[in-house]
Amino acid sequence: MLYYILRRILQMVPVIIGVTLILFMLIYMIPEDPASLILQKGATEQALANLRAKMGIDRPLHIQYLRYMGNLVRGDLGTSYRYRRPVSSILADYYPNSIRLALAAIIIEIFVGIITGIIAAVKRYSFWDTLVTVSTTLAVCVPVFWLGMIFQNIFGLRLGWLPISGMGDGSLRYYIMPAFTLASVSLAYVARITRSSMLETMSNDYITTAFAKGLSPGMVIGKHALKNAMIPVVTLVGLNLGTLMGGAVLTETVFNWPGVGRAIYHAILERDTPVVIGGTLVLVMIFLILNLIIDIVYAYLDPRIRFDRRESRV
Amino acid sequence: MNEKLLEVRDLKTHFFTPDGVVKAVDGVSFILNKKEVLGIVGETGSGKSVTALSILNLIPQPFGRIVGGRIMFDGVDIAGLGQKQIQKYRGNRISMVFQDPAASLNPVYTVGNQIMESIMIHQKIDKRSARKKAMRLLDMVGIPEPQRRLNSYPHQFSGGMRQRVMIAMALANSPSILIADEPTTALDVTIQAQILELMVDVMNKTGSSIILITHDLGVVAKYADKVMVMYGGKPVEFSDIDKIFYEPLHPYTNGLMGSIARLDSKKKDRLTTIDGSPPSLIDLPPGCIFYPRCKYRMEGCARSYPRFKEVKPGHHVACHRHAEFLKEEADG
Ligand SMILES: Nc1ncnc2c1ncn2[C@@H]1O[C@H](COP(=O)(O)OP(=O)(O)O)[C@@H](O)[C@H]1O
Ligand code: SF4
Ligand SMILES: [Mg+2]
Repeated sequence: MLYYILRRILQMVPVIIGVTLILFMLIYMIPEDPASLILQKGATEQALANLRAKMGIDRPLHIQYLRYMGNLVRGDLGTSYRYRRPVSSILADYYPNSIRLALAAIIIEIFVGIITGIIAAVKRYSFWDTLVTVSTTLAVCVPVFWLGMIFQNIFGLRLGWLPISGMGDGSLRYYIMPAFTLASVSLAYVARITRSSMLETMSNDYITTAFAKGLSPGMVIGKHALKNAMIPVVTLVGLNLGTLMGGAVLTETVFNWPGVGRAIYHAILERDTPVVIGGTLVLVMIFLILNLIIDIVYAYLDPRIRFDRRESRV
Repeated sequence: MNEKLLEVRDLKTHFFTPDGVVKAVDGVSFILNKKEVLGIVGETGSGKSVTALSILNLIPQPFGRIVGGRIMFDGVDIAGLGQKQIQKYRGNRISMVFQDPAASLNPVYTVGNQIMESIMIHQKIDKRSARKKAMRLLDMVGIPEPQRRLNSYPHQFSGGMRQRVMIAMALANSPSILIADEPTTALDVTIQAQILELMVDVMNKTGSSIILITHDLGVVAKYADKVMVMYGGKPVEFSDIDKIFYEPLHPYTNGLMGSIARLDSKKKDRLTTIDGSPPSLIDLPPGCIFYPRCKYRMEGCARSYPRFKEVKPGHHVACHRHAEFLKEEADG
């Protein structure tokens, strides 16, 4: 297992190289001069040229890239054009908030999603089942930011139950709306796959065996069906992490949440390239690490893969 | 001395599907005595599995339901028991072994866990004693290194070994009846005999009875004391093994025996040697269900269904012409 984890960590290196490369090329295509963003309007051409040389952005793309990667290895993410502070220190302010929000969303996604899925499966064709089907369909169709704004309007503005935006003192109340918003799409998928996976699992012969042993329906579902039914769910949670990271940018912006997502959003508006690249890298890293955790859970659930070497899923 | 252990009377299990009512089991009756092996034979789809599942009320949901009959076990009609009560019988007094051992064991738990679970739901013993017991069971069914194998997962066993695990699990609480639904159909031919020997051996030692479902007449001939022949969800003949083989009264049984006689001993008989195919169990016509394939049919056979009744002591049959067949036999 340890060997497996190490191998997975090493596999992150090419992913990081790929991500930075793509970001670099995208940003290079924007015909905007960072130097003129930093200096006041009316700065002399000479001053601009000096600054460009100092920042190294007058060099060809591949040189810039290699220099960036060289710094990255040393843990240096560069300096923000806008704030003149190291990107790493800016991100250090933000990313704990993002991780907390992401974790809250994942917990909601998993618990609420699985429980509603199980209820829908066990009470198939009932009112609850229909309710789950309808609400998950809506959650998948509605854009995340729009859902966030609806929540704000209803629970924040009209009912006044929850704070409309921000993190306030960081108490739980502030998390509820953004976490549910961020979790919404994944939650819907988890509920649906839990339902169908549960129904499929219940039709297996080993479920009949479990009943034939004299187990109660509760034990058959809770022990024999659940663990098997969770295997595709865990896979899905892993795949959903990408959606979650993308949703983080929108959710944090809508709820004015002081996280990496919002920072990236503002940095894009302000053409603050180092923050965009650095922030995205952090999101990718979080994604990769969560993915690794998912894979370890997966190996725990399914003994059949514990013994084979499995191709990595990134 | 024949001591009655289980008596099934006019059992009816139907599936109320959207396409119509499937009369999967319709009027099955038989008696199982102590220390007896009862064989149930019939083509695929003749209702053997549903009969077996009905005994422990394990009928596939949502459509299946017992709609009539009694299942008397130990003085109790277990067909009428509620969920909580029937649970006490399942895996305890009456156990089952299924056809496909690869699918019948839960892939995500060790076999030790699954055997111990069977023990611990019916016996008040702690985990350590249950583990010891599970180990002895594995040893008894011939699994080498039982101590170590307790920690293995089902996928780490071969098909035959998995079926041994299933048998160990079924025997965990020393049941009075073991119901084995085609226990060797999914296995390699070379190990089929070993598995059957094992089951019969163990049950002989403990003085328990077996219901052995199969479509292999050779197996029935070798192990069964009594046989029930099923066709289209209905019992057509039930008797001692000798009578079934040498004095069959139902044309269907007769056909089966004829087909066995024609085959050389090496070939496995799959009961498909009678012309025609079994009926659909939805919307059955009123007459004898074997009518379309019967060589001996008469006009009257299509009008009413022949009752399944005892025509000689211990010999039940459902055929309008049984009296003539009986006479022929007597005449030689
Ligand atoms: N879950 C089910 N739903 C509907 N019909 C079923 C179901 N299970 C079995 N049946 C029907 O019951 C009949 C008998 O099946 P079964 O007892 O499995 O036959 P056998 O074991 O003799 O091959 C079949 O015709 C089948 O179509
Ligand atoms: S009742 Fe008639 S059709 Fe049916 S088995 Fe007997 S002889 Fe054949
Ligand atoms: Mg069957």
